[in-house]
Amino acid sequence: MNFDKELDARGLNCPLPILRTKKTLAELTGGQVLKIVSTDPGSVKDFQAFAKQTGNELLSSTEGGGEFVFFMKKK
Amino acid sequence: MSKKLAIIATKGTLDWAYPPLILASTAAALDYEVQIFFTFYGLQMLRKDLGGLKVSPLGNPGMPMKMPFGPQWFRGINWNIPNAIQAIIPGFESLATTLMKQTIKNNGVASIETLRDVCVESGVKIIACQMTVDLFGFEHSDFIDNIEFGGAATFFEFAGETDICLYI
Repeated sequence: MNFDKELDARGLNCPLPILRTKKTLAELTGGQVLKIVSTDPGSVKDFQAFAKQTGNELLSSTEGGGEFVFFMKKK
Repeated sequence: MSKKLAIIATKGTLDWAYPPLILASTAAALDYEVQIFFTFYGLQMLRKDLGGLKVSPLGNPGMPMKMPFGPQWFRGINWNIPNAIQAIIPGFESLATTLMKQTIKNNGVASIETLRDVCVESGVKIIACQMTVDLFGFEHSDFIDNIEFGGAATFFEFAGETDICLYI
């Protein structure tokens, strides 16, 4: 999937992946896509909740090799 | 209209500094309008010097005492030290705090300073209770910038309009 910016949130624990995502999304413009890589298993549900609450669209959420990859489109 | 969260933060230990600051910073990231009223020992979280925040295992049976270094078998040991022994060792709290900070770092958990910075940057409104500032003999210059000083009525002005209101 194409993306405009990538955020490496590996090794960070709750709530840092969400806080860093919020900050990084602020640097993008509407419609641009942010890729986030996390190692926190709790971030899967957190990113769903974040998308639902903020209106930024979670395009995909995948897991593999202990890493969680999210693509989020800024509203 | 955005949702609103109000928190009363009353605890002044390293462990209890986490819940209000984690919830406030996360709520702000979720576009909530957030206000925290810091009162009594909670004022320690607003001081420029965060050295007042320590963790005490004394009389805290829920706190595991594990070492944040060494081989895995060593890290797994829970050091069950009796209260009477903890109480007479000078510097026991400082030692426990140092070990806890290392454990926090090892687990990729944010420092209190980081969470506080995020709160300030993301527009969380911070109110320090003026009455307890006076009671404990603090000066306004002891505290970080970007905070307001007020009383219970100031808290209710916002709290009455909130969706979530927590006492921590």
